[in-house]
Amino acid sequence: MRYLPLTADDRSAMLGVIGAASIDDLFVDVPAEARLDGPIPDLPNQASELAVERHMGALARRNRAAGDGPFFLGAGAYRHHVPASVDHLIQRGEFLTAYTPYQPEIAQGTLQMLFEFQSQVARLLGTDVANASMYDGSTACWEAVVMARRITKRAKALFSTGVHPHYRSVARTMAKYTGDVLVEADPELVPGTDWAALAAAVDKEVSCVVVQYPDILGRIDDMAALAAACQASGALLIAVVTEPVALGLIKSPGEMGADIVVGEGQSIGVGLQFGGPYVGLFACKAKYVRQMPGRLCGETVDANGKRGFVLTLSTREQHIRREKATSNICTNSGLCALAFSIHMTLLGEAGLRQLASINHGRALAAAEQLAKVPGVSVLNSAFFNEFTLLLPTAARPVVHQLAERDILGGVSLGRLYPDNEGLENGLVVAVTETCTAEDIAAFAAALKEVLA
Amino acid sequence: MSTPNASGWRPEMNAGGADDSTTFTGNRALMLEEPLIFEIGSTETTGVDFDSVVIGRPQIGNLYRTDAIGLPGLSESETIRHYTRLSRQNYAIDLGLFPLGSCTMKHNPRLNEKVARMPGFADIHPLQPQETVQGALAVINELAMWLIKLTGMHGVAMTPKAGAHGELCGILCIKAALEARGEDRRVLLVPESAHGTNPATAAFAGFTVEDIPATPEGRVDLEALKARLGPDVAGVMITNPNTCGLFERDMKAISDAVHAAGGYVYCDGANFNAIVGKVRPGDLGVDAMHINLHKTFSTPHGGGGPGSGPVVLSEALSSYGPIPYAARYADGSFKLVEEESAHVEHPETFGRMTAFHGQMGMFTRALTYMLSHGADGLKQVAEDAVLNANYILRSLDDVLEAPFCGSGPCMHEALFTDNGLAEGFSTLDIAKGIIDEGYHPMTVYFPLVVHGAMLIEPTETESKAVLDQFIGALRSVALRAKNGDPALKSAPHFAPRARLDETAAARKPVLAWSEPAVAPGTPSLSEIGGS
Repeated sequence: MRYLPLTADDRSAMLGVIGAASIDDLFVDVPAEARLDGPIPDLPNQASELAVERHMGALARRNRAAGDGPFFLGAGAYRHHVPASVDHLIQRGEFLTAYTPYQPEIAQGTLQMLFEFQSQVARLLGTDVANASMYDGSTACWEAVVMARRITKRAKALFSTGVHPHYRSVARTMAKYTGDVLVEADPELVPGTDWAALAAAVDKEVSCVVVQYPDILGRIDDMAALAAACQASGALLIAVVTEPVALGLIKSPGEMGADIVVGEGQSIGVGLQFGGPYVGLFACKAKYVRQMPGRLCGETVDANGKRGFVLTLSTREQHIRREKATSNICTNSGLCALAFSIHMTLLGEAGLRQLASINHGRALAAAEQLAKVPGVSVLNSAFFNEFTLLLPTAARPVVHQLAERDILGGVSLGRLYPDNEGLENGLVVAVTETCTAEDIAAFAAALKEVLA
Repeated sequence: MSTPNASGWRPEMNAGGADDSTTFTGNRALMLEEPLIFEIGSTETTGVDFDSVVIGRPQIGNLYRTDAIGLPGLSESETIRHYTRLSRQNYAIDLGLFPLGSCTMKHNPRLNEKVARMPGFADIHPLQPQETVQGALAVINELAMWLIKLTGMHGVAMTPKAGAHGELCGILCIKAALEARGEDRRVLLVPESAHGTNPATAAFAGFTVEDIPATPEGRVDLEALKARLGPDVAGVMITNPNTCGLFERDMKAISDAVHAAGGYVYCDGANFNAIVGKVRPGDLGVDAMHINLHKTFSTPHGGGGPGSGPVVLSEALSSYGPIPYAARYADGSFKLVEEESAHVEHPETFGRMTAFHGQMGMFTRALTYMLSHGADGLKQVAEDAVLNANYILRSLDDVLEAPFCGSGPCMHEALFTDNGLAEGFSTLDIAKGIIDEGYHPMTVYFPLVVHGAMLIEPTETESKAVLDQFIGALRSVALRAKNGDPALKSAPHFAPRARLDETAAARKPVLAWSEPAVAPGTPSLSEIGGS
């Protein structure tokens, strides 16, 4: 087996040092009835690299890659161009095959990168601090609700109807067992958000209000008034960002007063990968830092006075605090955070603003063309790179008919809200810099044909 | 020598010029200091060129982001150099033995990376029409089949994002099962030697945690456990092999007792590498066990993630597992069972744990690894991992106290304590000393059940020659600690940094860059010769 360096001679020499007659002597503590005599049945034996690559390649070819043709899906995962150097750098063995930086003297590369990542994320989201990453946006969102409960000592969370249905679903699962009260519902097909209604509903029992920006229908709105209403009631405003590229064009949640900002960082540096691994962003005001979940990297000095970085405030974490920890998270998304950070460094502020502007420009062009298809209209009054189309018929079958024409034309609300017939004519369309004018024209033509 | 300044990279040389120990740059040949991007980048610089695009009248309301964001950019060439320089300040498996106990730092095969980057896997969206992602669903289903067969369990939940998330999944299955039985059991029993994630997970899901006593030989005390079982106990969380590197001989009896008392058995599968292909947890009465694909199945740790933590489930718990999952139908097609059809196809599910369908990028790597090894290769993995650990145990137990070695062999990791070191010397000094010898230290101060724990897990991908050199190095450092070598107290001496002040970091946390206030009269970098 090509990954196993021990030779038969090595093995017998080592058994001699140990004083064991055979390998089985080392497994004596396993009860005989649980020990298998030979390899596990019904599984193939070892295979060459060529054979495995052939098998996996055949499976890969049974998928239609986004880059194979016109592609307009978003709804929480976005296709952006990732510069070639990002993937090259994250494959350096010193990053790829390192562990969590618990021994800082020989992990300054990872630690400095995390410090830079935290700084970039905090600035992008408009907050004071950010942690070293969570699993993804949906789990970060629930952790924010838990954190708000800890801070406010209240357990009622109001969810905007514009929050991604999977994120709501994750929160529902957890709340069933933690006793948190969630107030949440599906969105309505209207141009504006429900934030004014939420501001009116916040009271002294509410721990937090959770909004998404841009929301699941692509709508954007000013959250300053909602933030003020939350503050007046002692509740926290949690903003969820699933498309952080937007913040190169539109105001950050932190600037508008959000207390905790969480997000899905996938769209910067991390590919689509069928949903994972992604990178959860978690940021907040400085005063709440000791209630944050997850790892934090901080600056310090070494014994010679040189600047260095360490994991810090670990007394919040499970390996120190056990059942009293702020979260059970251990492994996070370090390598995806690295990809995010490298891509953000390549972009810089000027590049990010340009990228965001191009995304919005592409989306404007697509919205205009798609709205010309007979029977089709755009729901949103304002949007970034994603908007909701209202079709004259259920969107779900349309998506399949478009796929037959090799157009991946968005995410139907029927897929996201299968039990809600009132939403079935909605189609969420994302348009990034990867969509060409030809792609948009092909989409509009195919949609016209399908709806005819 | 001049006082090294706060950033650690700027010129350290005083006016008199370089001496033997300082250089103008602060660099030492191949050991290159690297500033922060905030110190070398500019918000006007970008390493990305864009196509020119005509942009219409914006439709963003009054939300235009006018204020400066403060994100520095670098050109591509500077970016490559920045991160390459940073990478060289890391230790990694690719450089040498990384014997962190309970972390299974094995070789990460590069075929896995190649496969994960095939466009058909890397460039597909989780919400594409399912007829366009049949190959991806086949991967999830095929990996699930491997995990079920390797563990002898009934079902598997694929969506958990990492080990601790997998623990949560298993515990929620137990909650859901108890709820279905109409029972409100609130207590989970967890041994003191458990990973911190176990009690944290139990608490995160609303359970109270009680300790399970251990026997003097480092295993669960079966009789004490039996005495505590009762109608308030939901179950146990047991790591097997445990974190002392020992197989829980009484596992089946523990399971039987817990089941007889109406509880469930959660097994922390972090140490599955010791038994993969040799022992099936399903034969030991386990109800739920997470498998860290980033440990046993070689997906890279990446400096702290991403992981992946599928959970295998017994027949008693399978029906409560999360959505979505990839189902295979008689016609050979695959379908995601998600919210839409769960009420028909998986009605007892406790719900969804994450957006989308789990860590696909880890699934492709893990499946590639399994196919490469096959059933025979995986059996060899466990045998070589256990052989390597026992070789280390027996080669060092004359210089370091091996607390449980009298009771027989260890599994995949060898546990030592710091008993017998010179006054004032501890495990920490040995760990920092072994850094200077060119190794990553072992896991230290875990498990908590012995004094100054050193937990060494070599894994199966190390050769005898590597182990022999490591044994020699650790023996040397251990003897220095026993003899009270004062130089060991300030180790490491040859790493990019000396010991870091963690207390100061926590007392006044600096968690993000802020531009330094420039004191009047301070010369600029260009004036003092910095870049």
